Amino acid sequence: MSSVARFWRKIPQRYNLVGTRCGTCGRYFFPPRSLCPECRRAGRIVEHQFRGDGTVVTYTVVRSASEQFEHSTPYVLAIIRLDEGPRFTAQLVCSPEEARIGMRVRPVFRRISTDGESGAIHYGTKYVPVE
Amino acid sequence: MREVAVIGVGCTRFGEKWSESFRSLFVEAGTLALEDAKVAGEQIDAMYVGNMSAGRFVEQEHVGALIADYAGLASTHIPSTRVEAACASGGLSFRQAVIAVASGMEDIVVAAGVEKMTDVASGASVDALAGAADREWEGFVGATFPGLYAMIANDYMHRYPLTREQLAQVAVKNHYNGARNPIAQFQQEITVDTVLHSSLVADPLRLFDCSPITDGAAAVVLAPMERAREFTDTPVRVLASAQASDTITLHDRRDISTLDATVAAGQRAFAMAGLSHRDIDLVEVHDCFTIAEICAIEDLGFCRKGEAGRLTAEGFTTLNGGLPVNTSGGLKACGHPVGATGIKQVCEVVLQLRGEAGKRQVNGAKIGMTHNVGGTGATVAVHILGV
Repeated sequence: MSSVARFWRKIPQRYNLVGTRCGTCGRYFFPPRSLCPECRRAGRIVEHQFRGDGTVVTYTVVRSASEQFEHSTPYVLAIIRLDEGPRFTAQLVCSPEEARIGMRVRPVFRRISTDGESGAIHYGTKYVPVE
Repeated sequence: MREVAVIGVGCTRFGEKWSESFRSLFVEAGTLALEDAKVAGEQIDAMYVGNMSAGRFVEQEHVGALIADYAGLASTHIPSTRVEAACASGGLSFRQAVIAVASGMEDIVVAAGVEKMTDVASGASVDALAGAADREWEGFVGATFPGLYAMIANDYMHRYPLTREQLAQVAVKNHYNGARNPIAQFQQEITVDTVLHSSLVADPLRLFDCSPITDGAAAVVLAPMERAREFTDTPVRVLASAQASDTITLHDRRDISTLDATVAAGQRAFAMAGLSHRDIDLVEVHDCFTIAEICAIEDLGFCRKGEAGRLTAEGFTTLNGGLPVNTSGGLKACGHPVGATGIKQVCEVVLQLRGEAGKRQVNGAKIGMTHNVGGTGATVAVHILGV
């Protein structure tokens, strides 16, 4: 169980997909980076609001999870490529049979996990298939 | 830079060792290694200990000093350093010891690895292991270790010809070898059906595609080559020591199915040793999951991308094949006490090169390689040993 601050400080990124972009080379970063790996100190990092639409690069169905996620199994976990380029990891809200590589998906706001019965509830972005 | 030799090895039996503690495991492995090297405790100049997560598994930090103390070396006040790189902690511990001896700073150095994983429930160990990936952007959304490697497997099988049966054959081969290794956690042979009928952990990976939760420790003793024969008639040379890193997350990799850190460390190791792939008689690779062995064989350059499944099915990686892979049984059958694994790989190669590997001996083995991965490929250590 971690402090509330640890999750609170990531709310803009996890709720609203606020990432960053390098003004020097134009690369997009989500999860956000504060140093561009391409330009390093010559980079100029600015905030970027991602649209959120993306494509499934690869996925799995998690059937055995850590304690925090045990109640959610089975769930679909995927690597999503955002239309701006960066890839990140998120859960898909769909049945295991529905998931496939190359599927178009869009973001939804969902509960991610709970710190036990009385702990903080953590929210964030999951993805649903686009019809 | 001085030439470095391994002059002694020791390894506990791997398994669920309810009656053994973190410190008793280490003491057992260390004692075996010192006896093998015929080195007395007071001759040791320094120690390195690979350990991923004593803090999570047994709520103990500061294990460098703890281990030196319980090895009976507190009064000698030698430097004892913990090395951590998740599942590659052992490989990095070995590399730090090699660097210490090669540099001339130290002469007799112990490189060890230890992990006591079964003192917490399985959900808690799954969570501790998830710390080897990115807690903020992988673990937070429910990524488990099998889940991440399953995503590699799905990406790989989408792009290359690898069948579910070929993948299972990796585990079948490693159990065959484990059944011939007295320290292995699992000493039973299995069939492809055993794998295909085991429960799904993270699709397409099943229980028998996954390395187990294991308690165990391993230790090796290093000396400068010029002094090695003071202690042993069978020194094994360290021909190359290489390490590489990559993005901590799987999603940030250049290619999901290629461990670029394995490619880099492998190339550096071959260059340092001045050897080519044909010179390698056996290799211990990091098969935390069956798909990981497939990727390792390819990323180390033993075949092209997409070929390792077919080669495995054809028997190329068996004890009598063109390139025996994981003669110890690998992580899958020998077990995977995370911090100890990289050192156990070195122990296995040393036994093979000394001709002491019993029923799993590779005939005439002269040069062997070890490949140890941290996380999903963010750290890789590759070593080449020879006689």
